Amino acid sequence: MFLIHCPYCDEDRPEIEFSYAGEAHIARPQNADAISDAEWSEYLFIRENKRGIHCERWWHTNGCNRFFNAVRNTVTDKFIMTYEMGEPRPTPEEIEAARDDD
Amino acid sequence: MKFSARSLFANALTGHKNWPEQFPDKEPEKQYDVIIVGAGGHGLGAAYYLAKKYGIRNVAVIEKGWLGGGNTGRNTTVIRSNYLYDESAAIYDHSVDLWDGLSQELNYNTMFSKRGVLMLAHNIHDVQSFQRHIHANRLNGVDNQWLSREDCKAFLPILDISERPHYPVLGGALQMRAGTARHDSVAWGYARAASQIGVDIIQNCAVTGIRRSKDGAVTGVETEKGFIKANKIAVSAAGHSAVVMAMAGLRFPLESYPLQALVSEPVKPVMPCVVMSNAVHAYISQSDKGELVIGAGTDQYTSYSQRGALHILEHTLMSICELFPIFKRMRMLRSWAGIVDVTPDRSPILGKTPIEGLYVNCGWGTGGFKATPGAADLLAYTIAHDEPHKINAPFNLDRFTGGRLIDEAAAAAVAH
Amino acid sequence: MTTDQPNPYRLSDSGTRQISFTFDGKTYQGREGDTLASALLANGVHLMGRSFKYHRPRGVLGSGSEEPNALVSFDRGAGRVTPNVRATTLELYDGLVANSQNRWPSLKRDVGAFNNTFSMFFPAGFYNKTFMWPRSFWDKVYEPFIRSMAGLGLAPTKPDPDVYASTYGHCDTLIVGAGPAGLAAALAASKTDNRVILVDENPALGGSLLSSEKASIDGASITDWLAQTEQALRQAKNVTILTRTTAIGYYHDNFIALAERLTDHLADAEIGQSRERLHRIRSDKVILAQGAIERPLVFHGNDLPGIMLASAAQTFLNRYGTAVGYEVAVFTSHDSAYGAAFDLHDAGVHVPVIIEARTDIDADLRDSAAARGIEIVLAAAVSNCFGKWRINALELYTPINGKTRRIKCDALLMCGGWTPSLHLWSHSKSSIKWDDKIDAFVPGKANENASCVGACNGDFGLQTALEAGGRVAGGEATYTVSEVPFGRGETFRSLPNYKDVSKQKAFVDFQNDATEKDISLAVREGFSSIEHVKRYTTIGMATDQGKTSNLNAMQIASVAVKKSVQEVGLTTFRPPYTPTTFGALAGYRSGDLFEVERKTSIDSWAAENDAVFEPVSIWRRARYFPNGSEDMHAAVARECKATRTSLGIFDASTLGKIEIVGPDAAKFMNLMYTNPWAKLAVGRCRYGLMLREDGYIYDDGVVGRMAEDRFHVTTTTGGAPRVFRHMEDYLQSEFPELDVWLTSTTEQWAVIALNGPNARKLIAPFIDGIDLSPDAFPHMAVREGKIFGIETRLFRVSFSGELGFEVNVPAHYGRAVWEALFEAGAEYGIVPYGTEAMHVLRAEKGFIIVGQDTDGTVTPQDAGMSWAVSKKKKDFVGKRSLMRSDIVANGRRQLVGLLTVDPNVVLEEGAQIVADPDQPIPMDMIGHVTSSYWSETLGRSIAMAVVKGGFDLEGKTIFVPMPGTTHSAKVCNPVFYDPDGERLNVG
Repeated sequence: MFLIHCPYCDEDRPEIEFSYAGEAHIARPQNADAISDAEWSEYLFIRENKRGIHCERWWHTNGCNRFFNAVRNTVTDKFIMTYEMGEPRPTPEEIEAARDDD
Repeated sequence: MKFSARSLFANALTGHKNWPEQFPDKEPEKQYDVIIVGAGGHGLGAAYYLAKKYGIRNVAVIEKGWLGGGNTGRNTTVIRSNYLYDESAAIYDHSVDLWDGLSQELNYNTMFSKRGVLMLAHNIHDVQSFQRHIHANRLNGVDNQWLSREDCKAFLPILDISERPHYPVLGGALQMRAGTARHDSVAWGYARAASQIGVDIIQNCAVTGIRRSKDGAVTGVETEKGFIKANKIAVSAAGHSAVVMAMAGLRFPLESYPLQALVSEPVKPVMPCVVMSNAVHAYISQSDKGELVIGAGTDQYTSYSQRGALHILEHTLMSICELFPIFKRMRMLRSWAGIVDVTPDRSPILGKTPIEGLYVNCGWGTGGFKATPGAADLLAYTIAHDEPHKINAPFNLDRFTGGRLIDEAAAAAVAH
Repeated sequence: MTTDQPNPYRLSDSGTRQISFTFDGKTYQGREGDTLASALLANGVHLMGRSFKYHRPRGVLGSGSEEPNALVSFDRGAGRVTPNVRATTLELYDGLVANSQNRWPSLKRDVGAFNNTFSMFFPAGFYNKTFMWPRSFWDKVYEPFIRSMAGLGLAPTKPDPDVYASTYGHCDTLIVGAGPAGLAAALAASKTDNRVILVDENPALGGSLLSSEKASIDGASITDWLAQTEQALRQAKNVTILTRTTAIGYYHDNFIALAERLTDHLADAEIGQSRERLHRIRSDKVILAQGAIERPLVFHGNDLPGIMLASAAQTFLNRYGTAVGYEVAVFTSHDSAYGAAFDLHDAGVHVPVIIEARTDIDADLRDSAAARGIEIVLAAAVSNCFGKWRINALELYTPINGKTRRIKCDALLMCGGWTPSLHLWSHSKSSIKWDDKIDAFVPGKANENASCVGACNGDFGLQTALEAGGRVAGGEATYTVSEVPFGRGETFRSLPNYKDVSKQKAFVDFQNDATEKDISLAVREGFSSIEHVKRYTTIGMATDQGKTSNLNAMQIASVAVKKSVQEVGLTTFRPPYTPTTFGALAGYRSGDLFEVERKTSIDSWAAENDAVFEPVSIWRRARYFPNGSEDMHAAVARECKATRTSLGIFDASTLGKIEIVGPDAAKFMNLMYTNPWAKLAVGRCRYGLMLREDGYIYDDGVVGRMAEDRFHVTTTTGGAPRVFRHMEDYLQSEFPELDVWLTSTTEQWAVIALNGPNARKLIAPFIDGIDLSPDAFPHMAVREGKIFGIETRLFRVSFSGELGFEVNVPAHYGRAVWEALFEAGAEYGIVPYGTEAMHVLRAEKGFIIVGQDTDGTVTPQDAGMSWAVSKKKKDFVGKRSLMRSDIVANGRRQLVGLLTVDPNVVLEEGAQIVADPDQPIPMDMIGHVTSSYWSETLGRSIAMAVVKGGFDLEGKTIFVPMPGTTHSAKVCNPVFYDPDGERLNVG
C-alpha cells in the first residue's frame, strides 16, 4: 500500500485514502465538433501507459476530496513528486532532480 | 522423441538420460519471414500454428526473459467461453474447441481439465445477467446452464447455500466444458511442438526497437542480440504490448495494471470445479497438485512492477472465506502479481495495425489464458493471410474510433 | 538409553510440567515448552510424515519454520482442524491432538508408497509426457487419480468457528527477528525516542541464542543475558514486543504485514478469542535480522528419518533437552556442524564419526574432536543410508581409495553451509548479490529505508551480530562475547558417490521429492532458466517455499547449465514468508461484518412490517410487503393496484442526492447532463440524463432547481458515489474555472414517495407554506415548506405515472414522518410498496432503469430519449461521442416495448430475441428482453427490450426461442399505460 503525499493536505497518507484517476495532462478537446472521430477517440482512449516516469492523477477521496497530479515511476512504483491540479507537467529536468529512485 | 507412456517407460530404463531438449534456445538468424515478440502461450502458439497450419516455418519467437514467464505462468488458468456477445462467444469458444484435443495435437499433456466453471449469482441483478448470458449462449451453441440453489449445492457440496445476510447463493451459471489447464505445460508444449517444426525460440533477448522502411512498413526488430530482419512482425507481449507498440510509433488504447493471485498449501481434493463470484470478486479452483488457486483483483494504478498491495489480497481472501467458511484455516502459501493490459472495453485487440507488416495480439486483460489456443491460431491466420479471420475481425483497433465496442463488463452493469 | 522413563531421549528436563498429547491416536508424554517435534523425538519417534510425490517416510529436517517434512494435521475439534502444520513449530499443550498426513491407511502402511517403488517412471515433468491416451481418460481416470495422490493434508470440512483480528500500526523502527542482531538493535533503539516494534516468529526471544548453550555475553550466560535483555526491552515504554508473530511480507513504502498467532498454543483456546491477528505496520525504518538457514547436503538417501540439519539437532538438544539419537553421526562441509557434534557429545551422546567433505579443516576443530575421541574422516562422503523408518547405519565412502565402510548410527546430522534469509529483503525489491566467501547471496542495494543485520546480511558469529545490530539502530554498543567460532565452509555442487547417478536418490527439495537427477533432467530437456527449473522440478514450490532447497538447486543447476551462480540467479521470493491463515488475512470482516449494509431511516419500519428485502448495491431495500402468506406475485399485484387506484407509499431514501451550489451551478449542470438547464425556472424540476464521455448512458435522475445558484440533484441508488466522483473529476480537472461546490447529501434526506390519486389529499392537511393546488404546484415542480412542522423539500414528481409527491425531510425525521403519513393514509387504504412494485409501475409507463434497460452500451438515441438531449448546447460530457460513425449508424439496438401474443406469457428477463425462430444454431440474435412483468393493471404481461433497429419494427412480430418453446411478441411503444399522462392530474 503506497504512502502518497497529498499536495493539498501536505501530508503523507496511505493509499486506501486515495483513488487513482488515470493519466494526467490529457486535455479535453475544446473544438470537439471540429475534430475527426479518430482525433476524438485518441482523447477518449489512447493512453501513454508509460513504463517508467508517468504523470497521473489521484483523488484524495477519503481526505480532502481534491484531485491532484503525481509523477510516479511505474517500474519501481516510487512516487517522485505530487503537485496541484492545474500546475504544468514538470520538465524532465525537474523530474530528474526530484528522483531518488533508480 | 514422441512423448508417450511407452517412451517414458523406455527412458526410465535408461535413467532418463536420453530425453532430448524440448525447446532448444537458439541464437537469432539474420532474417525470418515472421518474428513474434513475446514467448508466452499466445506468441508460441501463433508460431506453432503458422508453421503447422499455414506452412510458414521460418519464424522466430523473441522473448525478453524466459518463455512462459509472463502472464502465461502467472495466471489462475481458468478456461471458459460463456461470454455474452456473439463476438466474444465466438472467439472464446473457438479457443475452447482447440483446448479440447490440444494435448494430443501437441503431444504434450497440457492437463486441460473440463471440471466445469460455476458462476454464482448473489442478487437479482446477477440472476438477470446470468439468464441473459445463458439464453445468448444457448442460441449461440455455447454450453452454459442455469443451476438452482439446490443444484449448485448438489454440484458443489461444500458450497454454503444458507440464507446469509450478504451474498446468499441464489443459483449459478455452469459451463461444463470449461475448466482449467496447467499453464506452464501450455507454454512448454507449444514451444516444443513449434521447435520441432522449425521455429526458433530466442530467450533473454529483449526487443529494443522496431525498424520501418521509408514507406512505413516494418523491416525488422532491434534486439539485445542485434538487428533481425523480418517483413512481418507480430507483437504478443501482454502487459508490455504498449511499450513494444510505442517502438513502432503507435499509441495504443491500453493500460497495464498489476493483477495478483495466490495459492494455498496443497490439500487433498476438496474443490471439484472452478467457482467464480463476480459480485463478491472472488474466483477459486484447486490445482492437480492440491493447491487452492485464487485470483485476486487488480490494483487501482498502472504499473510494471509485478508487485501488488496486500489489501487487495485481504479483500480477496475475505470474500473466499465468506463464500467458503471451511477455508478460513487454510493458509496462503504464495502470492504474486502479473501485469495485465486492459483496453477501454476490456476486450482484446487482435489483428492488423495501421503499420504494414505489423500485427498485434493484446488487451486480454485478466482473461488471456483461456484464449491461448484460439488467439494464437487467429493471430497466425491473420499474419499468414494479411487479413483477419472473421472471428477476430471485430476485435480490431478501429472499433475505438467508430464506437463499436465489445464491452462485456458494461453489459454486466450493476442495476440499482 | 533408558526405556522405562516416558521420554527416553530426554537428556535434561527443563523443570516444566509433564503433559500428554496424542499423535496418530497414540498418547505420549511431553513437557511444557516442547514443540510436537521435540516431544516426539523425546519419545524416540522420528517418522512423522510422508513426502508429497513418492510418499517416502520422513522425519524432521529442521527445527523451525523452514521444516519441509514433518507436516501434521493439528486437530482441535470440529471446524478447527489445520492441515500441513509443521511439527517443529506446533507448540505442545496438554491434550494436543495431531495426525500424520498423506498416507492411507496409516503412516507405516501407506498404499501410496508404491509411487516410490515406481519412482523411476515419475521423474520431474512426467505428467506432460503421458496420460494423453485414450483422450477421454484424462478427465475420468488419470486426473482424479493424480489428484487423489497429490495434496498433503485434508482440507477442513466444517466452518471455522474461530475469529480473527486485524489492526494497523505505525512505528519508527520495525525490527524483524529477535536473535542476537535483532535484540541488540532493539536495545539500542530502545534508548532513543523512536517507537520500536520487535517481532519474532518464535514464542521466546533469542533466536539462535536459544540453541547455543556455550556462549556468554558480557560475562553473563546466554540464559541470563536473554532474561536481562527481555526485561530491559519490556520495561522500555517505546518498545512493543510481538512474539509468535511472523513478518510475512514487505510491501511498498515500508508497509510490512505481520501475522500473530494468539491461541494455537493454548490448551483452552476459547471460541470467540481471536485466533490470529494481522498487523499492518508502516515503519519509517525496517531492520531485518532474520538470520540464516542451514543447507542440507545432497547425497543418496539423505531423506531417511533421523537425518537432519546439524543446527536442528543442536536446537533440539539445547533448547528442548532432547537427543535426536544416542549414536549420532555427522556429515558436513562447514565448521558450524562441529559445534553440534561437540554439544551432543558433551551431553552424553556418542558421536561415532564426523564425515567431512572438505580435504582439510582447522587444527582447532581437529583438536577439539580428538579431545572428545570423535573420529573425523576427511574428503569423504555418505554414499548410502540404511533403515526403513529411521536411519540405522550409513555407508561412508572415501573417493581417494574408493573404499566404503558401514557405520551404525541412529541419527545423521548434515550441514552444507548457510543461506542468509533474504525473503523480506527481496519482497521489498531490494537487490541481492552473490558473495563468494560464503557461497550464498547477500543483500545488495536497499530499495527502501531498510537494512539487514547479522546472519541474514552474511555476517555470521555472535559478536558480529550483536555489534552490527547495535550499530544499525544508532547505538555504539560493544559486546564482550565468548563463543564457539562460527567458522567457514565450502560448497560442494555434487558429492562423490560410487553409484551410478541414475541409481541415486539425492533429495534437494524434500517435501516435493525433487532430486539432483530431476534438476539434471530439466536442464537436459532445455529448461535452462532457474525459473524453468523450479517450475519443471517443483523445487521451492512446496509449503516451505524452498527455504532449505533453493540455494542447493541453484548451485546444482549452475553446474548443469555451465553458468556461474550469479548468472543462474535465484527465483523470485514470493510472500508470505511462511504460510498464512486465510482467516487472518480476512480479519474480522466476515458474516455481518463482511460488508457495510446500508439501511434507510425507514428500514426499521419495513422490517417490523414484514417486508421482504433485497440488496441493491450496498443498500438493503424492501422488495415487497406480503400480507400473511401472500407470495411475491400476489403482493406486487395488490401493491400496484392500490397505488393506481388510491395511494401507495414507498421509501425512496436510497436515491443518491447531490447539492450543486454556486454562481456557475447552471453552467456546470449544462456540462454534466445532456439536458438544458439554463432556463429551468427556480422551483421546477427536470429529468436529467448523464452520459460518460464515450456517449453511453451513465446515470439519470430528477433534478430540482432550488434557487438560481442551487440544484438538488438525484441519482440512481447504486450510482451515487460514481456520479459524485464523475462530477468532482470534471469540476476539478476540466472546469476548474467554474464557481461551484458539490456536496453529497444522500444521507441527509429521507425520501418518502407518495403515488396515487389520493396523494395530494393525504399530505394537504400537514403541509405548511406550500400551495398544493395543481396550478400553483404543477407536475415537475419543487417547493420548500413544512410537513408536520418539519422542514421539507417537496417534489411533485412521479415514477409511477400517477399523481406523485416525494417528501424529502431530514433523515432523522424519516421514520416519524413515514409513520404519520401511513397512519393518516389509513382512510385511503394506503399501501406500502417495495422495489418490485416500483419496477412494475415504472415499466407500465415505459420509464427506464439505468443498468437494467441500459447496460453501458446504450446511447440516449438507442433508449429513445433523444428528447432529453439538448440540440443547442455547445458542449456537454459525451456530446462529441454521440456523433461517432458507429453510434449514428443504422442497426443499433433500440429500446422498445414488447407485447407477447399470448398475454399470459411473461417473458424471461435476459431472454434473447430473433427475427427467424427456425434458423439453425448459432442463431442471429437481434436483441434481448430487459424488463418483463405481469401487469395487474393491464391484465397482461408487458416487456421492454433492446432490439436491432427496433424503432422501425413497431407492429412487427419477433420471436423469443426458449428451451422447448418459442414465444412470439409484437414490438410496440414502451409506454403501455396512460400514454398521454392524464393520470398525473387525477386526484
